[in-house]
Amino acid sequence: MQTSERPAAPARSVPVTLRLNGREATFHVEPEVTLLDLLRERAGLTGTKKGCDRGQCGACTVLVNGRRTLSCLALALAHAGDAITTVEGLAGEEGLHPVQAAFVEHDALQCGFCTPGQILSAVAVIAEGRAHTGDEIREAMSGNLCRCGAYPNIVAAIAAVQAAR
Amino acid sequence: MRTFDYVVAESAAAARDLARGSAGARYYAGGTTLIDLMKADVERPQRVIDISRLPLTAIEVRVDVLRIGALARNSDVAYDPQVARGFPALAEALLSGASGQIRNAATIGGNLLQRTRCTYFRETRWRCNKREPGSGCDALEGFNRGHAILGTSESCIATYPGDMAVALAALEARVVVEGDAGERTLTLDEFYLPPGDRPERENTLAPGELIVAVELRAAPLYERSHYLKVRDRASYEFALASVACAIELDGDRIGQARIALGGVATIPWRAREAEEILTGTPPGDAAYRRAAEAALAGAQTRAHNGYKVELAKRAIVRALRTVCGGAA
Repeated sequence: MQTSERPAAPARSVPVTLRLNGREATFHVEPEVTLLDLLRERAGLTGTKKGCDRGQCGACTVLVNGRRTLSCLALALAHAGDAITTVEGLAGEEGLHPVQAAFVEHDALQCGFCTPGQILSAVAVIAEGRAHTGDEIREAMSGNLCRCGAYPNIVAAIAAVQAAR
Repeated sequence: MRTFDYVVAESAAAARDLARGSAGARYYAGGTTLIDLMKADVERPQRVIDISRLPLTAIEVRVDVLRIGALARNSDVAYDPQVARGFPALAEALLSGASGQIRNAATIGGNLLQRTRCTYFRETRWRCNKREPGSGCDALEGFNRGHAILGTSESCIATYPGDMAVALAALEARVVVEGDAGERTLTLDEFYLPPGDRPERENTLAPGELIVAVELRAAPLYERSHYLKVRDRASYEFALASVACAIELDGDRIGQARIALGGVATIPWRAREAEEILTGTPPGDAAYRRAAEAALAGAQTRAHNGYKVELAKRAIVRALRTVCGGAA
């Protein structure tokens, strides 16, 4: 399905086509628009959160070509052609992604604001395959802050998904 | 963020041409420093030249030199088996820096140009000679707990914040730079400039010059290397003090030593006095402590950063114990 904005674009905007959660989508954006703002303001995918907007909290974590990265520190135009996965793209026809299900099972959140970023980061950490012990998981996840302090349950959720693999 | 023109460079030469045509141009690779500082209104480029798709990502062996493309991502370099085997201090330094997400975006060339975390630089309401030459320095009499004690001047005490370049200093890496006259190769001493009375100049890159690679010469010395980082949190935090060291033993003595310090200096700081003291001496805490004293002999502290002197000394001793044992 082709998702596009209305054509009346401002003069400084440039078209950029991304593969957004498996679908090609074209947007007209100004150079100053970050990938985060494209996702939230142009694509309507508000699951990706704007926490600090300065690369310090991890709430805006998405997968770019399968690798976790901070969407607040990336220019949208620099990601033409890239495959972007947000929290909206994780669940399949069979239901929640295993990491999402584990976060529910282990009560790995309180307010939930950091959770999409935590989950995307966790999906990547599991795929990277380098964090196994609790300490290694904490180190690998250190770029995702949680003000509610759900860390112990986040680590437990990730460890449970890894143990089930 | 202020508005700017965005252009994609199709080649390194095209990137340099685009930079030459605009006084306020910046290259965009990983974006992790540049976009942050543009949001803070510290960086105000009129043109952003996207070099992120240039084919400069390879990590390759050329005879006895490991050449790392400037656009290789920090995470790819950190987990490269040749880096881990031949230059462990570099892998350790990279993995101690930032977070998994940022390491996936940050590039080796961009990391060399990482700018200070000094609050007075990053927040435009303060005076800062680095941000606005001649305006003054509010860090000198301000909250300077994180500031430098080596390589400072009356104009600037901002700490060089990175980890990677500290390891590269101890590993005697070279920065390969492409300009109009072709490539030139710089040691880190030749690349970085201490603040002096021109803190806005942080390196010797000419306008438009592009970092294309970092080169490391393979040697047993660098295989026995280590990076130790001391900070307020266990992870995802900048160094209060860090040490990169490389040691080659010659029988029961230290044959060669390389030591560089981070978190305490205005540039990646090579501690040559400490290296000289260690050379030819048997490894052991007494020698390590003498080396540490020499490394910090020139330290100049301010109101809140005096603790860094002893912290850095102990970090040096601990790093040396880790690479060559603690026997007295």
